[in-house]
Amino acid sequence: MIDVLYFAWVRERIGLPRERVDTSAATVADLVAELRSREDRYAAAFADLRSLRVALDQQLADFSAPLAGVREVAFFPPMTGG
Amino acid sequence: MAVRVRVQAEPFDYGAECAGFGAGGRGVGAVVTFLGIVRDDSGQLARMEIEHYPGMTEKAIAAIAEEAHVRWSLAELLVIHRYGPLAPGEAIMMVATAARHRVAAFEAAEFLMDYLKSRAPFWKKEIGADGATWVAATEEDEEALTRW
Repeated sequence: MIDVLYFAWVRERIGLPRERVDTSAATVADLVAELRSREDRYAAAFADLRSLRVALDQQLADFSAPLAGVREVAFFPPMTGG
Repeated sequence: MAVRVRVQAEPFDYGAECAGFGAGGRGVGAVVTFLGIVRDDSGQLARMEIEHYPGMTEKAIAAIAEEAHVRWSLAELLVIHRYGPLAPGEAIMMVATAARHRVAAFEAAEFLMDYLKSRAPFWKKEIGADGATWVAATEEDEEALTRW
């Protein structure tokens, strides 16, 4: 089980701030493929990965990164701080 | 004490934070402070809402601050960033740096601002008369990081 968090418009599109996901995905990209195939709202949120960023256990990562040992995955748009 | 980071919903007192910043160190010759304010370009902005990622936000800013601290040998560094609903004209965030010389203080402040803009997990939403829009990151934000 892995905690999956969504922020900003990703959260709005999916309709949840976080959920527990039972997955055996090896990489972030595999997890995205699983989520996309669930429902339209997930497919819409993950339609264009170039407009998304991912963090693994609160560190920015790539979509090719492995999920082994990861407890928390977060998906969000490019950040707009400052 | 030298490096302080605060992530908070409540307002902060910029004047009070600046007063005395960098004081007490005999080797401090320059202090730079920056204040970010909610801007209303359209004249239609009711409020801005800033979402963040509790836990990661503090870690990401602390890492950026520590890098600046070491790289420019800062005597003192302060970052305050707010989240939640903010009205036009309200302060969003501030950065203060104290160093031996002004070049280091200015550069460190600019570095912090460039990194906070696109590497600290905040997302701004503008709520106006015609609805709500997420502020999009720009190419320039990403480009700004390449000079460091």
